[in-house]
Amino acid sequence: MTINEIQEEIIEEFATFDEWMDKYGYLIELGNDLEPYDDTYRVDQNILDGCQSKVWLHAWMEDGKVYFMGDSDAIIVKGIVALMIRVLSGQSPDDILSSELKFVEEVGLKDHLSPTRSNGLVAMIKQMRLFALAFKAKQA
Amino acid sequence: MSINIEEVRKQFPILETQVYNKPLVYFDSAATTHKPQRVIDKIDEVYKTLNSNIHRGVHYLSNQATLAYEEARNKVQGFINAEHSHQVIFTSGATAAINLVANSFGETFINEGDEIVVSTMEHHSNIVPWQLLCQRKKAVLKVIPINQDGDLEMEAYKSLLSDKTKIVAVTHVSNALGTVNPIQDVIDLAHEKNIPVMVDASQSVQHIGIDVQKMDCDLLVFSGHKIYGPTGTGVCYGKEDLLNQMVPWQGGGEMIHKVSFTETTYNELPFKFEAGTPNIAGAIGLGEAIDFVSELGVDNIAAYEDELLQYATNKLMSIEGMRIIGTAKKKSSVISFLINDIHPFDIGTLLDRMGIAVRTGHHCAQPIMDLYEIPGTLRASIAVYNTKEEIDQLVAALTKVAVMFA
Repeated sequence: MTINEIQEEIIEEFATFDEWMDKYGYLIELGNDLEPYDDTYRVDQNILDGCQSKVWLHAWMEDGKVYFMGDSDAIIVKGIVALMIRVLSGQSPDDILSSELKFVEEVGLKDHLSPTRSNGLVAMIKQMRLFALAFKAKQA
Repeated sequence: MSINIEEVRKQFPILETQVYNKPLVYFDSAATTHKPQRVIDKIDEVYKTLNSNIHRGVHYLSNQATLAYEEARNKVQGFINAEHSHQVIFTSGATAAINLVANSFGETFINEGDEIVVSTMEHHSNIVPWQLLCQRKKAVLKVIPINQDGDLEMEAYKSLLSDKTKIVAVTHVSNALGTVNPIQDVIDLAHEKNIPVMVDASQSVQHIGIDVQKMDCDLLVFSGHKIYGPTGTGVCYGKEDLLNQMVPWQGGGEMIHKVSFTETTYNELPFKFEAGTPNIAGAIGLGEAIDFVSELGVDNIAAYEDELLQYATNKLMSIEGMRIIGTAKKKSSVISFLINDIHPFDIGTLLDRMGIAVRTGHHCAQPIMDLYEIPGTLRASIAVYNTKEEIDQLVAALTKVAVMFA
């Protein structure tokens, strides 16, 4: 699936929730279901700055696609990590770099983009794009 | 007289705020208190009726502004029971006041190998200025340990005091744990060895009240915005002799007596430490805030807040998995807590959606979090406008939230 197709899917899923509590409940569920993070990569250089909670992010390249693995010690943030991985993992560096992550606003996570929230969503998106850029440079 | 909570709440327009269509429940007053209408009106009035620079104009408005500014200083003097008003220096906050002390006292009295004593429970603003000073002067920072309850280890404190100790800088009330320190003992023990003490009263002046002459502290600082006053205001009190000995820190207008390129002499207290145009409207607003507190009576406020604190502690303890961080013998206005292993950020995020404002994180006191080996806490802090009903709402919300993470 393309990045946009996955985004549409997520937007549809969230559209079924009327209550904000259900939305957060779903994020918690996604956080709990996230693939376990490989402890080999649980190192300081994989921790994102600017978060109240800790976020670990690791990326690798396989057959021209970028794959991500992530974790957080806060479960809601981990749910957001899970969404970001679902959208961007397995995509090409070019697609990641040119992606418009409209689902963030549409599912009501926009509040989390505010720098005061310091939950790391901004840092997360930036770091994922940086990984893509680095892999693209290596490919060239 | 007791607190008429309805009358108090009416004075704070921001308490009418709706957050996500729910009435605001504000438990973050240790970060900053809200401002009563009279303080807001006072600032408005300053700019509308007497805005002018102070201490330098011959004209009418400048005189009026100077009188109002100095009247605010007198109010602070009276409130903390300082001997003279010129012992009250206006700063931009407690942080600026501590930096003033660290730089000015430090420049005057600290030399290589000297020791400065702080405690584990200090706010970063009472750690970092001293660390910077220690780097400049090759001095040594000594730290009073605390026990698991969050009380100072007084025996360890005694053993830290030596001939090398040049100043003790300790908080009266911990912003992260709520511990009320035995500040009189801290001061008396230091004075036995002729060591001056700076008290950080940022979390006590609005809850417990301060009498600097009775305490006999040498220096004392607090922020105006935590005592219902405007942001960008603060106070540094000092004993007269000490302040006179301390060299100025920041140079500029107002703080000088005579300037030439060969020699500059400094103005007298308090102006020596108030370089440049101060926050005139802010200081006058702070004076109004002090009137607000004085009229309610700091003892009445303390009694009311202690009742709330006790009520909140008991209610919170009924939540399964509740862990209160900081169980000192004497506490004031702050409850730090965790529920099971749930990250404080997760709980804080959901409380926010229910209109409840608490602080999450390390509260600018990372050494404490390291001590308890936790990433941070949730902190509910109380002010005079809070109610038992709000505490009930907090407890109900937490109970609801805890289920979501079960």
